[in-house]
Amino acid sequence: MNAAGFPLLSLITFLPLVGGAVILSIRGDAAMVASNSRWAALWTSLIVFGLSLVLWLKFNPSDPGFQFVETASWMPRYGLSYHMGVDGISVLFVLLSTALTPICILASWEVITHQVREYMLAFLILETMMVGTFSALDFIIFYMFFEGTLIPMYLIIGIWGGPRRIYSTIKFFLFTLAGSVLLLLAILAIWFQTGTMDIPTLLHTHLPAGMQFWLFLGFLASFAVKLPMWPVHTWLPDAHVEAPTAGSVMLAGVLLKMGGYGLLRFSVPMLPVASSLFAPLMFALGVIAVIYTSLVALAQEDMKKLIAYSSVAHMGLVTIGIFTFNVIGVQGALFQMLSHGIVSAALFLCVGVLYDRMHTHEIARFGGLIERMPVYALLLMVFSLASVGLPGTSGFIGEILVMIGALRVNFWLALFGGTGTILSIAYMLYLYRRIIFGTITHVDLKAILDLSPREIAVFAPLVLLTLWMGVHPSSFTEFWAASVRHMVQSHTAALATAHLAHLASVRTVGMLPR
Amino acid sequence: MLTAIAVFAPLIGSAVAGLLGRAIGDRASRIATILCMIVAAVAGDAAVTLLVSGNVSTGVVPITTWIAVGTLKVSWALRYDTLSAVMVAMVTTVSMLIHVYSVGYMAHEERPVSRFFSYLSLFSFAMLMLVTANNILQLFFGWEGVGLMSYLLIGYWYHKPSACAAAIKAFVVNRVADLFFAVGIALLFFQFRSLSFSTIFTAVTQHVGVHYTLLGTSFPVLDVIGVLLFIGAMGKSAQLFLHTWLPDAMEGPTPVSALIHAATMVTAGVFLVARMSPLLEYAPAALTMVTFIGGSTAFFTATIACVQTDIKRVIAYSTCSQLGYMFIAAGVGAFQVSIFHLITHAFFKSLLFLGAGSVIHAMSDEQDMRRMGGLWRKIPVTYTVMWVGCLALAGIPFFAGYYSKDAILEAAATADTGVAHYAYVCGLLAAFLTAFYSWRLLIMTFHGISRAEPRVLAHVHESPTVMLVPVVLLAIGAAVSGFALHGLFIGHDWRAFWGTSIFALPGSHPIGRIETLPSLLKPLPTLVALLGIGTAYVFYMARPEIPEWLAERFRPVYLFLVNKWYFDDIYDTLFVRGVLRVARLSWKVGDATVIDGIPNGVALLATDSSAEVVKLQTGSLAQYAFAMVFGVVVLVAVFLVVR
Repeated sequence: MNAAGFPLLSLITFLPLVGGAVILSIRGDAAMVASNSRWAALWTSLIVFGLSLVLWLKFNPSDPGFQFVETASWMPRYGLSYHMGVDGISVLFVLLSTALTPICILASWEVITHQVREYMLAFLILETMMVGTFSALDFIIFYMFFEGTLIPMYLIIGIWGGPRRIYSTIKFFLFTLAGSVLLLLAILAIWFQTGTMDIPTLLHTHLPAGMQFWLFLGFLASFAVKLPMWPVHTWLPDAHVEAPTAGSVMLAGVLLKMGGYGLLRFSVPMLPVASSLFAPLMFALGVIAVIYTSLVALAQEDMKKLIAYSSVAHMGLVTIGIFTFNVIGVQGALFQMLSHGIVSAALFLCVGVLYDRMHTHEIARFGGLIERMPVYALLLMVFSLASVGLPGTSGFIGEILVMIGALRVNFWLALFGGTGTILSIAYMLYLYRRIIFGTITHVDLKAILDLSPREIAVFAPLVLLTLWMGVHPSSFTEFWAASVRHMVQSHTAALATAHLAHLASVRTVGMLPR
Repeated sequence: MLTAIAVFAPLIGSAVAGLLGRAIGDRASRIATILCMIVAAVAGDAAVTLLVSGNVSTGVVPITTWIAVGTLKVSWALRYDTLSAVMVAMVTTVSMLIHVYSVGYMAHEERPVSRFFSYLSLFSFAMLMLVTANNILQLFFGWEGVGLMSYLLIGYWYHKPSACAAAIKAFVVNRVADLFFAVGIALLFFQFRSLSFSTIFTAVTQHVGVHYTLLGTSFPVLDVIGVLLFIGAMGKSAQLFLHTWLPDAMEGPTPVSALIHAATMVTAGVFLVARMSPLLEYAPAALTMVTFIGGSTAFFTATIACVQTDIKRVIAYSTCSQLGYMFIAAGVGAFQVSIFHLITHAFFKSLLFLGAGSVIHAMSDEQDMRRMGGLWRKIPVTYTVMWVGCLALAGIPFFAGYYSKDAILEAAATADTGVAHYAYVCGLLAAFLTAFYSWRLLIMTFHGISRAEPRVLAHVHESPTVMLVPVVLLAIGAAVSGFALHGLFIGHDWRAFWGTSIFALPGSHPIGRIETLPSLLKPLPTLVALLGIGTAYVFYMARPEIPEWLAERFRPVYLFLVNKWYFDDIYDTLFVRGVLRVARLSWKVGDATVIDGIPNGVALLATDSSAEVVKLQTGSLAQYAFAMVFGVVVLVAVFLVVR
């Protein structure tokens, strides 16, 4: 049935739920439950990650279509089915989700002390939802997974979050939900129009140009909030500040990517005419996001807010890359998403390290940490540099590809989209200087400890990935090269057809007798 | 193969010192990095010797693929042609000497210095990647790498707030320039469909007539690319408008200034321009800009150097000025002359910095020349080498600078364009100023009555051998490198030496042209330099009251110079504080008030209105009944009317 010989994707998707059931069935005193839940969650996520490595090994990069496909009849009368599969665009996001989950669980090992069982359960459910989102090939299934991520994340922030967690969770929930309602409307409209919810089929279905216009706006409402694009980004800094470290990691590392993934998977291929129509607006929003949110990041006094704003700026570049509609720009956007998934996750973990020790992420509370924490200083330097896109790190590849792709569209788009490289180095180095350099002035920092072995184990894979992606990005880009080429070609072809049809209709109307 | 050893040996040294530094200790880290640098220097020097003697031909060492995305294919590879080989030899040699010098200079540090040596070696690696790049993206990798190491080394003394600020400033200013560089790379790819040097250079002539539209105006695309890349070079080489970071970079330890801010990193811009000579030769407008900026910088920074009192800052401004000279040469098409000056400058300027470091070391970290004076008897070796450095810098005959600087001025004088003549005049004025500030530095530091505190003076001592040996070797280089190399670098047979690595338009003879200079003009630079020395002697030795009188009499001019033409103040107001204000405004007003105002307002509306609605529930049955009847009446009425 597929390259793995067994329903691999379903297994990866739903195994975390099985792990969750195991955690629920743990009995004993509180300490026992907590400890067993941690171990059960870690093992589940590690097994899932191991299974997802099969995807990495068995995936055929030269095939632009969907692989590891599973179909089961569900409601054929309504054009619904259980349909799973990954192509080059989605496969690495599945891996990103499965790789970050064990890291998150490990990072929460000692920090989370109350309701450990529920916490671990939430993360496993979240993993199911994330993997499902990236591998669903039926629109309704996709929507269920896509929205399903909200619930565990809502709980993670709302229960284990900081002091203003209620405001943040409600804001987070309302922003995303408002967008999702419009997405649902758009999906239903497509359903009524075409009678199917099968994504591979829909990718080759031409929707009327007038309808595309409204559908695009419906999709955008949801994906723009998720990404997030300016000006619907303000939920993100608040959510990050209140979220526990691992929650931030997942939010920045994977959940934001769903917005970009949605645009690439649905908006661009299904709505080619509207995408082209809206591309200038998207570029404008992207450039504003890069410049405006980088500036806002410069003024931040809270580490997590700073990194959250920098995420918005990075996602601005992703927006630009996606709507260049050329192979280099789109691959740049994908790479930028993947790189940001690793790097921002690592940066939030870095903030978490300090938070665990000092219980604050206010920048002014730190300074001179290099004296006490040299290993930490080195790691933070590596991730900061990756975040600002220094060549040799993962961030550079995405940035330069998007710039090259953008220059094909417009010189100024490349130039202004690139201003993020200047502003980002300013805010990152300013942040670094304030917390790492200088001398220790706060008395309570004099005894702060450097990274523990567990923390080093959390960071080691992320450092390796960051450098690997920077020095030899081909081992990642080859996964999606064929799919992206195919997507760009069909986009161009669809535009050409639409253009012809438009010309024809104009001509016909002109010839009609009055 | 030798090139590969030269490039990767410093990386190994850096990794050993950086990652194992605390495990193996300071001494072992120092030894490891220095051994690796010696290996690199031997390999680098051997490579250039073999290449020049014709035993090895030019070529490329492939390593692996870097980026393969669509039509964009970029590899990691090491290119060795004469230009690369010369740069590799210079970088490894100077770096090795400075590693050795640092052992002495950093001996009094309280903290472990393995970090310092690791940084120095990693810097050397990045610089070597830059000069051996086979495509412009790898060059950019090295370019940003040296920028990073410069940042880390300027901020090496991280407990000093001024050092941290200078480090950030250096990186950010460089990044401003690098944005244009990156866009230039994107445009190169857009135009040539490749980023590999050989592909681009062979295709240049096909793109000569191509135009690119910007702001509604059509420009030759090669000029646009040239200007974008040159803006990148202006940042790295601290040229006018983007020079402000270099003087501040003197916050770093002096060996760093010698290696990065004199001999190697700041010359990367000049190297880039020379490397791109096959393209720039077809971009006349870009070359005009190069000449103009080079000439202006040479003069402008020299004026500032004349009034600085910090010994390192004088030399830093002098570096800007000398880099300006190199750009003049490149701008008038004499790329080999600019590289020649780059090499001689590497010797005498790192010599001057290390000499200054030796003075600072002797003076217990005092850098202000106003508190020096009369040191020559106490530190005779340093005194002698500083003389050699200044003679070479001023271009006094038969020292290194004489050959290279005169060639630059002659190339500018014989180029037949207005901007070249402007650059010639600037260069000539700068030659006077250069000699003036050099002897001002010598006299203020070594001659006259000592103005130092007795406590400091009591400690003045000649530097240890480990510092003096590199300095003396560099002094020899500063004395003889011009004489020894000018036949090869800028002789009539320059094509045989440079091969295809330096390009001149068919029919143009940048070297042959120099011969056409009227013999009356030939000794002019030397005369001007002697005049500068004489003026400095009169001002600071014979009649020390003159400078004070001048400063009083022409106070506005003096203030203008002391404040460095107000560049820093303008930038600080306009960019630093301006941007921060906009940043705070965007956050507090844009995000918190405007954007969040909508959801918060809606939420408030909901809670407030529900609070009002709640008041309707009074609990009085009569009121409820009345409301119900009223409602029914209204409904029925509406139903009847609308129907």
